[in-house]
Amino acid sequence: MNKSRFTPDADGYYGEFGGAYIPEMLVPNITELRDNYLRIIESEEFRNEFHELLRDYSGRPTPLYFAKRLSEKYHTNVYLKREDLNHTGAHKINNTIGQVLLAEKLGKKRIIAETGAGQHGVATATVCALKGLECVVYMGALDVDRQAPNVIKMKMLGATVVPVESGNKTLKDATNEAMRDWINHPDDTYYIIGSVVGPHPYPDLVSRLQSVISDEISVQLNARIGRAYPDYVMACVGGGSNAAGGFYAFLDNPAVKLIGAEAAGLGVNTSKTAATLALGQTGILHGSKSKLIQDQYGQVIEPYSISAGLDYPGVGPLHSYLQAIGRCTYIPVTDQEALDAAMELTRLEGIIPALESAHALALLPKLNWNPGEEMVIILSGRGDKDMDTYSKYFDHESH
Amino acid sequence: MNRIDELFLRKQKSVLSVYFTAGYPELTDTALIISGLEQAGADLIEIGFPFSDPVADGPVIQASSHQALINGMNLDILFDQLRKIKETSRIPKIMMGYFNTVYQFKVDRFINHCVECGIDGVIIPDLPPELYEKDYRLLFESAGIHFICLVAPQTSPDRAKYVASLSRGFIYLLTSSSTTGNNYSPGINLPHPLIPSPALRSARGRGVMPALIGFGIHDQETFEMACRHANGAIIGTGFIRHLSANLSRQGEEQLSKYSRQQQINTLCENFVNQIRG
Ligand SMILES: Cc1ncc(COP(=O)(O)O)c(C=O)c1O
Repeated sequence: MNKSRFTPDADGYYGEFGGAYIPEMLVPNITELRDNYLRIIESEEFRNEFHELLRDYSGRPTPLYFAKRLSEKYHTNVYLKREDLNHTGAHKINNTIGQVLLAEKLGKKRIIAETGAGQHGVATATVCALKGLECVVYMGALDVDRQAPNVIKMKMLGATVVPVESGNKTLKDATNEAMRDWINHPDDTYYIIGSVVGPHPYPDLVSRLQSVISDEISVQLNARIGRAYPDYVMACVGGGSNAAGGFYAFLDNPAVKLIGAEAAGLGVNTSKTAATLALGQTGILHGSKSKLIQDQYGQVIEPYSISAGLDYPGVGPLHSYLQAIGRCTYIPVTDQEALDAAMELTRLEGIIPALESAHALALLPKLNWNPGEEMVIILSGRGDKDMDTYSKYFDHESH
Repeated sequence: MNRIDELFLRKQKSVLSVYFTAGYPELTDTALIISGLEQAGADLIEIGFPFSDPVADGPVIQASSHQALINGMNLDILFDQLRKIKETSRIPKIMMGYFNTVYQFKVDRFINHCVECGIDGVIIPDLPPELYEKDYRLLFESAGIHFICLVAPQTSPDRAKYVASLSRGFIYLLTSSSTTGNNYSPGINLPHPLIPSPALRSARGRGVMPALIGFGIHDQETFEMACRHANGAIIGTGFIRHLSANLSRQGEEQLSKYSRQQQINTLCENFVNQIRG
C-alpha cells in the first residue's frame, strides 16, 4: 500500500479527475470516511484482520495459473490471475472484506450497497452475514432478472434486495438509489461502494483494498520466472476495480503495459454500448468527475452491455487519469467478442469465466505482443451467474 | 439590486418559495407556471432544470425530471423560454439543478445566460461550497448571481458558519437529511426536525442572512411550522404533486394557450391559498 503519483491529492483528484461532488447531506459521512480511512486501513490491527480474512475466508492468495493451451494458441505466455477462485466467485470480496472492517471500526450498524452483476451484492451480503450486520442491496430490475442466481444467494445470506425500477434499471440506477438511501440514513449506515467510483475517498480506498491482486502477481511471477513484473496486465473495466487492483503495483513501472477492456456492447459506433473511455466526455456522476457517456446537455446516456457488471456509463476517475496521461490503454470489446473468448477459454482450459472477465480475455487477439512476452490476464470472476446468458448464446449458435 | 435581496428587505416573514421542474407536465408550461405562481402570490420561484440522475431527489421530482427530459427540455430551450418573459415577470427566480448539466453548458456561459434571462440565484446541490469557492465563486459574485448553499441538520456548527459565509441571498435550511419529498406527518416528526439545531442556529448567527426551510414542507401546517423558525419555506414536491393531480398532459384535449394559462392560474391560486391558509 505504497504512495505514488497514482494516489489522489488531498481533495481526491487524480489530475483533473475525481473530487467529491456531493450534496450537503452526505458531507458528514464522507468527511468521517475521508478523515479516517487511511489511518484505519494502514493500522497494523486492520491489516492483520484484513489479511487473515483474505487468507482463511476468501482463500487468498489466488493462484496465478499458467494457461498452457491458451498460450500455445496465441504463441505467448498467458497467466490467469484466478480471482474467480475467491469465495463468492469474484474479486469483489477483497473490497467488501476491507470495507466491512472499516465500517465496523467506524461503528456503523447498517450496510448498503449497489450491484450490477450481483457479485458485489453477494460479496457484501456475505461479509454482512459474517459480521452480523443488516444489509440492503440495490439492484436494477433488469439485472435482478438477468443475474437471478445471485439474487437468490443474497436473499439466502439475509440481505434485503431492492429492485430499482428507474432509468435503464441497471447499475447506474442502483447506484443512484444507494446514494439516496445513504442521504436518508445519515447516522447509522455505511455505504460499501463496489468499484473505484464515487466521491473521494472511495476510488482510493477501493484501489488500495484491491491492490492485493497486483501485490500477489508480483510475488507469484517472481517465484515462477524470476521477475516480479509481467510485460502486460489486462483486465476488464466496468467501474474499474479489478483493473485498478491488477494494475496498482505496476503503475510506477513503465516496462509493464497496462490494458483495460471496456464493454463495447454491439459496437462503439452503435447506440448500444458502454465504452466510456472510448466515447465519454468529462462530466460528473455519482460524486466524482470522470469520463462519462452523456449528451451535449450533460444528460447521461443509458449504456448497454451483455455483461451486467460492465453496463455502466461512467468509470473510476483513476482510469480517466491513466488514459489521459497515456499510462494505460483501454480497448473496446463487443458482446460477441466476449462471448467467443468465454467459449475459447472454456474449451481450451476448462474454466468458465464471468462475462465481464471474458472481455479481458478477448483482448488477446487484439494486441501485438512480441513472442515470449509474459501476459497476465485478471480473471475477475467465474461464469456461474451467467449460465442463462451463455445458454441463450449457444442455442442461438447451434441453429 | 438583486431581486432576492429586495424581497427579503421588503418581507422577513412567511416567505413562500415554490419549486417546479421546467418542462413538466408539458415542455411549454414553464412560462405559464411562473406567471401563475407570480399572480397567486408566491414570493420566490425555483425553476428546476432536469437531470437524468437526480440523486438528491425522491420519486416525485425524479418522475417530473424524467418526463421533462422526455418532453425535450434542455438548458437552451429553458433559457429561451425565460428570456421571453424577462420583461414581464418580476418575481425573483432561482435556477436549481445538478452540476453536470451546468458543467457541460460551461459555468461561465450558464451564468451569462442567467444574467440575460432575469435569473437572480442558483442552487446546485451537488456542487459543494469548497469547490464552489475555489473554482466558481468569483464568476457568480461578479455577475451578481446569488449562489445559495444548503445546511443540513448534521452539518457541524463550524461548517455551517463557513457555508453561510459563502451563501448569498439566503441560506437553504434542510429539515432533515433526506432526499426531496419525504413528508413530515404532523405530530410525529414535527415540530422536532424544525427546531433549529445548534448547526442551524450558528448558520444564521450573523443575523443578516435570511433563511428558508425546505424538504418535506407540503401543507399549511408544515409551512407555518417552518415560518416560526425561519423567514419562510420552500415547497417542491408538494407543488409537483398538485400539478400532476390537477393538470393533465395535453393529450387529446388540446387546450389553447389561453385556456391552459387559465387552468394553471387557478391551480396555482388554489395551491398558494391552501399553503397560506
Ligand atoms: C466478475 C466481475 N468482473 C468485473 C466486474 C466489473 O467491475 P470492476 O470494473 O469494478 O472490476 C464485475 C462487476 O460486477 C464482476 O462481477
